[in-house]
Amino acid sequence: MAVDPSFAPMAELLPEPTALNAPYWEGLAAGELRIQQCSACDTYQQPPESFCYACGSSAVAWKTVPGHGQVYSFVVVHQPYHVAFRDRLPYVVATIQLDEGPRVLGPIFDVDPSSMAIGTRVQPRIEAVTDDSAILLFEPEAS
Amino acid sequence: MKGIEGRYCIVGVGQTPYGKVPGMSQLAHNVLAIRNAIDDAGLTAEDIDGVLTKAPTSTFPMLWAPKVAEALRITPKVTGTLDQAGASNIGLIQYAISALALGQANYIAISYGDNPRSGTRATYARPRGDDAAAGLFGAPSSYAMIARRHMYEYGTTQDQLANVAIAHRHHASMNPNAVFQDPITREDYENSRFVAEPFRLLDCCPVSDGGAAYIITTEERAKDLAKDPVYIEGIGQGHPAWDFFRRGDLASSGAAVSGEAAFRNAGLGPKDIDFCEVYDCFTIVPIVTIEEYGFCAKGEGGAFFEDQRTHVGGELPINTSGGLLSETGMPGTQLVVEAVRQIRGEGGPRQVEGAEVGLVSQQGGIMTTHATMIVSKG
Repeated sequence: MAVDPSFAPMAELLPEPTALNAPYWEGLAAGELRIQQCSACDTYQQPPESFCYACGSSAVAWKTVPGHGQVYSFVVVHQPYHVAFRDRLPYVVATIQLDEGPRVLGPIFDVDPSSMAIGTRVQPRIEAVTDDSAILLFEPEAS
Repeated sequence: MKGIEGRYCIVGVGQTPYGKVPGMSQLAHNVLAIRNAIDDAGLTAEDIDGVLTKAPTSTFPMLWAPKVAEALRITPKVTGTLDQAGASNIGLIQYAISALALGQANYIAISYGDNPRSGTRATYARPRGDDAAAGLFGAPSSYAMIARRHMYEYGTTQDQLANVAIAHRHHASMNPNAVFQDPITREDYENSRFVAEPFRLLDCCPVSDGGAAYIITTEERAKDLAKDPVYIEGIGQGHPAWDFFRRGDLASSGAAVSGEAAFRNAGLGPKDIDFCEVYDCFTIVPIVTIEEYGFCAKGEGGAFFEDQRTHVGGELPINTSGGLLSETGMPGTQLVVEAVRQIRGEGGPRQVEGAEVGLVSQQGGIMTTHATMIVSKG
């Protein structure tokens, strides 16, 4: 993926890769959302672990998922907490209820914050921040 | 307290200056608050044989309570630090009571002191785990996520959030210890800048230096001391525990479970309470807490703060010192200090008339933990 320069400063916000979270970040770098699913009880989970939070099984496997969902709650950030987001202010950060089950956090850029509402259907938007890493955002679902 | 033999009391309270206090270390805030509480009780440092603390939020050092004991130049029989964030200092009272009931100690000091304002405050704005990559920084954004959901589910309004900020500042204007003593109007609220919508700056507590402490002992020992004892009638805990955005119901807290346990423990109910000191790091928190304690129905917490009902002189005075929002943005120890002062009748211009039974609420994390204590004149 080509890196949009406006996303490049977000590279320093990426967590240190670990054996546990590497598949998630590798998935994003490949333009896909990958999260774990338990092979015993089928429950999806995020963040990753070596066991299933729901049933304790160690049989957890990485799956590529559509990752659509709806806005469960959101805030509009005005405070310039980090330089990577300074040019985006004010921006929306939402709690997304994924159709697969887990709830995740994600920014929603390029929308009018006053038009955002709980219940809005969203889909993943993956943006490269370096040549080999990317971050997860969300955007209103294509109708 | 039912389930435990005997009764237990708070017999001394103390504090250090709140706000921006350059030159005072974390240790100084703890030790001097404890020494003030010891003086208030009419005891000496040598009498103290238990020291319990919440670790300073800004640096979280290990083995903190033993270090505080060393700086008091005492060797305690009981010590420890509890990690329930802002709920720790009620949880520690529960721990103190168990130690007194077991005969392990006679007078236990509990303190919190920190200097994040003049020292390092990075912990308050630090992104949590992977949240940074999502653009979520700082506690205000996380609590604002709760406020938005509460507004959506129950129709809570920005005006109702403003009522909380205005009421607590009104009380702080009568409190010489408060960091913010200038009253605020609705217009001031509406003119304060947005931090993370729906929160404006005046929805958020300040980061403050300061220390607060209290001494706990048995009823028998309490009767011989300098001031009338304040009785601990009931304690409860309830912990949503999960990270805020993963919880089933973001618009609820641990207050329902914690409050029910404390009321049952005390054999009392909401109608028996004369005043409350409620954790209010952000304006949404007292709204959720009061409704879950049963002072009104779930979802009606916003309306509860209308018509100055929570002002001193109103139906149920709440946060008579100004709370975290206006007295000092410390994690809750100071709320216990204020409850004790109210029961003793030491509130001065902000004194609640007939303050015989009070409720103190603490919570921590992002509504991750919760503890409740009911105290009385006995």
